[in-house]
Amino acid sequence: MNQLAYLVPLLPLIGFLINGLGRKSLSKSAIGWIGCGTVLISFIISLVLFFDVKNGGGAVVSYFNFIEAGKLVIPFAFQIDQLSALFLLIITGVGFLIHVYSTAYMQEEEPQHFGRYFAYLNLFIFSMLLLVMGANYVIMFIGWEGVGLCSYLLIGYWFKNDNYNYAAKKAFIMNRIGDLGFLLAIFWLIAKLGTVSFGEVFAHVSSLSAIDLTAITILLFIGAMGKSAQIPLYTWLPDAMAGPTPVSALIHAATMVTAGIYMIARSNVLYSASEVAQNLVAVIGLATALFAATIAIKQNDIKKVLAYSTVSQLGYMFLGLGVGAYTGAVFHVMTHAFFKALLFLGAGSVIHAMHHEQDIRKMGGLKKYLPITHITFLIGCIAISGIPPFSGFFSKDEILAAAYNKNPVYWGLGVAGAAMTAFYMFRLYATTFLGSFRGTHDQEHHLHESPNAMTWPLLILAILSVVGGFLNVPEVLGGHSSLHVFLAPVLTTEITHETAHTTEYMLMGISVAVAAIAIIFAIGTFSRKPQLDDAAGFGKVLENKWYVDELYDTVIVKPLGNLSAFFKNVVEKSGIDGAVNGVGKLVNYSSRQLRLLQNGQVGSYILFMVLAIIVIVLIWVNDGYIYRFIVKLF
Amino acid sequence: MPERVLAMPIQYYIILSLSLFCIGIVGVLTRRNAIIVFMCVELMLNAVNLLLVAFSKVHYAAAYLVNKATTTGSEAQIFVFFIMVVAAAEVSVGLAIIVMMYRNVHSVDVNFLNRLKN
Repeated sequence: MNQLAYLVPLLPLIGFLINGLGRKSLSKSAIGWIGCGTVLISFIISLVLFFDVKNGGGAVVSYFNFIEAGKLVIPFAFQIDQLSALFLLIITGVGFLIHVYSTAYMQEEEPQHFGRYFAYLNLFIFSMLLLVMGANYVIMFIGWEGVGLCSYLLIGYWFKNDNYNYAAKKAFIMNRIGDLGFLLAIFWLIAKLGTVSFGEVFAHVSSLSAIDLTAITILLFIGAMGKSAQIPLYTWLPDAMAGPTPVSALIHAATMVTAGIYMIARSNVLYSASEVAQNLVAVIGLATALFAATIAIKQNDIKKVLAYSTVSQLGYMFLGLGVGAYTGAVFHVMTHAFFKALLFLGAGSVIHAMHHEQDIRKMGGLKKYLPITHITFLIGCIAISGIPPFSGFFSKDEILAAAYNKNPVYWGLGVAGAAMTAFYMFRLYATTFLGSFRGTHDQEHHLHESPNAMTWPLLILAILSVVGGFLNVPEVLGGHSSLHVFLAPVLTTEITHETAHTTEYMLMGISVAVAAIAIIFAIGTFSRKPQLDDAAGFGKVLENKWYVDELYDTVIVKPLGNLSAFFKNVVEKSGIDGAVNGVGKLVNYSSRQLRLLQNGQVGSYILFMVLAIIVIVLIWVNDGYIYRFIVKLF
Repeated sequence: MPERVLAMPIQYYIILSLSLFCIGIVGVLTRRNAIIVFMCVELMLNAVNLLLVAFSKVHYAAAYLVNKATTTGSEAQIFVFFIMVVAAAEVSVGLAIIVMMYRNVHSVDVNFLNRLKN
């Protein structure tokens, strides 16, 4: 079956080409069919590959040599194994649902822009598939750059709005900073091992010195920081809300931000060998999880809350990676893909109904107008809060349990973050769907449930959010840790400490209880409030995202801007221009002076001749002493 | 009488002909009258001739003391003849130019002949 592997990324690429080139001639429905159809077929092939891998198939399929230079050979190869097969399913599956949803959500766009949108969407899926399927770091890097480009294109999809363009640029530049780290790590690997293929690199880990290993893993992690929005490179992700809502869902759930997690999970052999890098990943992940959660509590834009929640959940995944729970992190990627896609698409449905109003202060009581959106959104909220038996509970619990084994402090902070997660999600839910409507009368009149193309993906994702967790029920709850077993061949180095069952029950009990209390408190506080209070004091700091954007602006952007202004006005104008123009002026001036020698007076010519003869004679007298001196000079 | 020839040091000849040559140069550079310039050119030619003849005689005298049948130094005399012939030809052309110049511009001022300028 591996022969079919190349079709998985190829089909979205074909979809991209058709939609991109034919966007002016194709009808909207044709564009929609092509866009969704290619991804659907990819999904079906991925399913086939997945079951093939499950039955012991899967291999590295090499197509041609991508780079050949001296001893370095980088093949264009795809790796089909447990990890990539699982990611393929998430990407194409969730991606397909988002495509279907988009056909309805973007219906108001002109056909030409509709085609452009679907072309970008397909290219996004293609890049992500390339990233996941690549059998070496270079092919992965191609996809890595591809998703960066597509996120830029899609965030700036409404390119007539300058703010959206700034957001797109911000995302691209932040990603570039991370990409540099990734690129350096690749170079380092080539320099030390002479290969970038996963299999060969992991087989030779022991030949790397500790310093090399730490440097490579930290550089890779810097790449992951950019792509997966971790401190300090996370600020682009909330701004990426400028794009259409399905794009946010795609970026946050199926593609893009999971790339960093995938890359580190893929490199788990390297990370397990480097204690320093692991601790760094765990600490950064935990810090991001808490930091973003505090910001999310005070946001009033429905998409911003979800965006910070994504940053926070990504922090949990990195915490999982850092404490060695690679399966837990991958599991959380999967369940998070389900419920975060669900939440974003639900938010999109709300925004659609509210005619592009995103401020939750102007919503409220939407429960009775949007029944399907309401129920699915509620499921998403419960899932992300970690209430059993919804999927978020299992994945988050696995990460927290592993964190407890590593260091109970990690666990304590993680539970605090989980409580905040539950609180801000239900604050969002309560303000949006409960209470009474706070918008204008006109808006209330037009409230309507979204079309089928939007509600069906919601329903499917809601079901997945509910049952997704049963894929990996831990043994302590009577399950078999199926995902654990499935991923065991690729994540061999996992550290598993056996914890007493009573301890595990206690950990679960505490985290669920804390989340439940936060939920009850949030609903109790926000469902009856007629209006959200304006933030004051510390809340103001949170509402303004700890002023991190302003900080970056003053510390990095402004000095850089001043520096470039200095280069432009001083170095460029007087330095480079001065030198270039100066040479011209010098030649002009000196030739004007030399011209005066040609005065047309025969006498002066003869004078020069005589003087020259005298000079020549002087050079040759004294046995050619002066002549030899001159020769020696040059 | 080679001994008498050698009795007079060669430096005297050199200084004399250098002086004549310099007078010629200064004349060419400073004077504007074409005829005087012309004469100064002749002066330089003759300074060279003088030097050649002087060297020739001194060389011959020195060689004669060793070998009576020597012909050393005769090349310089041949040179001098050549120079005199060329100078004669030059004089005839040069004077013709000066005559033509006078006929055309009624002047023999060399600075007047700067029509090639600009």
